[in-house]
Amino acid sequence: MRVTCTVNGEPAVADDVWEGESLLFLLRERLGLPGSKNACEQGECGSCTVYLEGRPVCACLVAAGQVQGLAVRTVEGLAGADVLNPVQRAFLDAGAVQCGFCTPGLIVAADDLLRRVPSPGEAEIREALAGNLCRCTGYEKIIDAVRLAAARQSGAAADQPAAEWRSGGAGQPGATGQPGAARRSGPGAGNSAAAGGQSGARASRPGETGDSPAGQAVGGSR
Amino acid sequence: MVDINFDRVRPPALLDLTGISELAGWSCDGGVIRLGAGVPYARVIDELGGRLPGLALASRTVGSPQIRHRGTVGGNLGSASPAGDAHPPLLADEAVVETESVRGTRRIPIREFFTGVKRSTLAPDELIAAVHIRQAPGPQQFAKVGVRNAMVIAVCSFAIALDPGRGRVGTGFGSAAPTPRPATGAEEFLAAELAERGLWESRGPLAAATVQRFGELVASAAEPIDDVRGTAAYRRHSLAILARRTLTWAWQSYREEGRRCA
Repeated sequence: MRVTCTVNGEPAVADDVWEGESLLFLLRERLGLPGSKNACEQGECGSCTVYLEGRPVCACLVAAGQVQGLAVRTVEGLAGADVLNPVQRAFLDAGAVQCGFCTPGLIVAADDLLRRVPSPGEAEIREALAGNLCRCTGYEKIIDAVRLAAARQSGAAADQPAAEWRSGGAGQPGATGQPGAARRSGPGAGNSAAAGGQSGARASRPGETGDSPAGQAVGGSR
Repeated sequence: MVDINFDRVRPPALLDLTGISELAGWSCDGGVIRLGAGVPYARVIDELGGRLPGLALASRTVGSPQIRHRGTVGGNLGSASPAGDAHPPLLADEAVVETESVRGTRRIPIREFFTGVKRSTLAPDELIAAVHIRQAPGPQQFAKVGVRNAMVIAVCSFAIALDPGRGRVGTGFGSAAPTPRPATGAEEFLAAELAERGLWESRGPLAAATVQRFGELVASAAEPIDDVRGTAAYRRHSLAILARRTLTWAWQSYREEGRRCA
């Protein structure tokens, strides 16, 4: 079948698309946009996150035919001609990129967060990035990068170098070694354990297992 | 889509329902929400948190933001997994599933919908069109146990809905029996306790023994198994805790509501 859609603002057409093919395959293999990464193919890792009609989705879980007539924006479509998107810039400056494989998905997810919530708290950042796995960074630098992008957006940290900015406030290096407990407060924290790998303890962080209900803190309806 | 990606299935045809606008919206008529089967969790959270707090809480624990933009309550019902996050609040709210086929429309009470592990009364040629849920008549809560707080299938989950006007208590639990289930014994026990002690009217504190017994009755309604996510004993134990906690939160809301109105 033929699929016609808009990708990064430009019309795109692909022919001979197999019905069971994913949007991710369409983007990478047919439209020459390999920025969105193919990792888990089951919606677990978020590396293929793209905007579909303005909402972040896993491109591996969308059938190519489902984007007929719709607008897709990939990580390639975030930067301007000569200037990086603020989130991309902040990821570089904060050292949030290591192997880089998860980065495109995280950039899109973080970009979506900052469009909706200009000054997100830690819990909001963690919840927004909960669907993106990174096996290198331990997430701390990624969260720093989102804070940096948010601060620059609001102009508060426009002139401050990234390293200096990081050494203050909630992103202190000392916080990295504390497994979980210190950061699990406030509404939204319950659904925000994006940093499951930070202590290497996997599922055994205090408060994560056993009778800690995800619904406890997440709804805001209590 | 995961099964297709991994070449586990090759369906002869795929039908995309996302473009059907009748499935993609919700409406409210006479205090009942008709939630189209294609409304994603993200919209349930954003648009229906006030009217359907139990379902919105459960929706918030589904997958990740990316998944919540695509996944729907209708899809959850179609899969009929015992672990489906939407099912406990739907059971607690006594929702009604609306299906369509060439034979017409059926309305299936949720408590008759699930028939086995990933099986339901849905006929092969039937489509889930919507689910009808009464606008919350009282406090609702949901809680779920998982190894992370995101991107997890429930080890077990529990929902409670209080209906002070009718003097009823609704419950539902997931991942602790072949199907999602209500804990009817616990519902009847608590409703009777609240009525006998005049607590609906007085909004007085719940006795510790009442809360304890409620948890025990919920756990005794479970028929869990040992599997990769947890043991049967752990599920039973944690279900009792979730039941006690959610009841405590819901009752606390009910009491605070009373104070605000007074």
